Amino acid sequence: MEMDDLPKGELPPHLELQRTRVVCAADAPSYTESVQYSGAYMAYDVDNSLRMEDFRKNFRVEIKSLNEDDIEFDLIGIDAALANAFRRILIAEVPTVAIEKVYIANNTSVIQDEVLAHRLGLVPIKADPRLFDYKTDEEIANEKNTIVFKLDVECTHMGERVKNASDQLKWLPAGSEMPPDSKTKFTSFGCSQDSLPAFTSEAIASRYPDIVLAKLRPGQAIEIEAHAVKGIGKTHAKWSPVATAKYRMLPEVVLLEDIEGDLADELVRTCPVNVFDIEDMGPGERRATVARPRDCTLCRECVRGDGWDKRVQLRRVKEHFIFSIESTGALPPEVLFTESIKILTEKCQRILTELL
Amino acid sequence: MEIGSEVDPSSATFSLTDEDHTLGNSLRYILNKDPRVSFCGYSVPHPSEARVNIRVQTTGAPARDVLKDALHDLMAIGEHVRATFERALEQHKVTRSMNEMSMRSGLTSQHTSGSVRDQ
Ligand code: SF4
Repeated sequence: MEMDDLPKGELPPHLELQRTRVVCAADAPSYTESVQYSGAYMAYDVDNSLRMEDFRKNFRVEIKSLNEDDIEFDLIGIDAALANAFRRILIAEVPTVAIEKVYIANNTSVIQDEVLAHRLGLVPIKADPRLFDYKTDEEIANEKNTIVFKLDVECTHMGERVKNASDQLKWLPAGSEMPPDSKTKFTSFGCSQDSLPAFTSEAIASRYPDIVLAKLRPGQAIEIEAHAVKGIGKTHAKWSPVATAKYRMLPEVVLLEDIEGDLADELVRTCPVNVFDIEDMGPGERRATVARPRDCTLCRECVRGDGWDKRVQLRRVKEHFIFSIESTGALPPEVLFTESIKILTEKCQRILTELL
Repeated sequence: MEIGSEVDPSSATFSLTDEDHTLGNSLRYILNKDPRVSFCGYSVPHPSEARVNIRVQTTGAPARDVLKDALHDLMAIGEHVRATFERALEQHKVTRSMNEMSMRSGLTSQHTSGSVRDQ
């Protein structure tokens, strides 16, 4: 059947809307899934396959804000499947270094050994994980796979009370100071870590100096050695390099008709995050405009009242993601994102070599 | 590991160990977007087993080759995302330092958000 009234190679507007937008009504959202099948629009002579030239042409990145710990950027023209892959890798598969073993020589504080060890594990350590190797259980700790810290504090009867914070974790670049017994040798460093070029400028320490580990009363003391190794968030959340890695779709607020006068005032008042503004149209005439759609939280307050769903439509742009990454401090957030892409590539390469 | 038929290479299930939804869902997306694929789906058979099964049925091409192409496509996409991201980052840093400079010299700063399209 020939449909001459339709332009070739183009979807009719209602299908285009379903393909590219999630429409959020007051009760439930619709068209939430992305249309993946390449032949989905064959009847309209529209190719829904993934073509690299098209992707290259349409994909954009916009950095919105960047500082030492946080980044926010827009990924435009990419499917949720891939944006989600980056997010999942950031949370669970980009490695960092965290304390894994704690040898306790003395702990007379009120904090039990295992709780103290757990607290130490969660301390973010500022060390570039790319400079270290993974350590297997059989391997002996060496300068390439282990960082050793010492914590030796005591609260005396005469002095002040001691608050024991993360800056008292002292880095031992030469390895363990524990007396090696015949069976276990704690570390065998080939050289001192501070002689390695990467660490000469700055000592390895906690990212934040003021994390309270324990509080001591007079007479109490802690003497421990903590060994940090490289790992990933999948194994334990302490290795996750991000506090959060999240994305949301770009909100789009559409006024289906002109909203004027008192209705416009009501609309502006309804929105808790001030998405709407009033435009003056001359004496006594006011019209509502959508000024800050990006701030919309999708609370749906503006489509709830009588007849409002006929005036306002809330949408989300499916292939536009507002991505934000909060680093815990081991690596800057922008480096984390590029690392996550590298890990995705490595996964592909591994499968490819296995398929050969 | 590939489970397929000896006589008909156009359908197969690939069982990938040590992988999860991260790769499963990305590959399903890319495979479904391939015109040679008539059906593609994935499943994680059990949550405590690190394994994902990907089913690929094609209109004729060997499923293995189609999967390989999908993996290459995924890597190419990753590479393009990385290049574009880094370019945007560079541009962002340049505009930011320019804004700081003009602020120090007392000029009004203009905010330009860095949008980058990599050809
Ligand atoms: S959904 Fe909520 S935040 Fe968004 S525009 Fe409506 S009232 Fe404002």
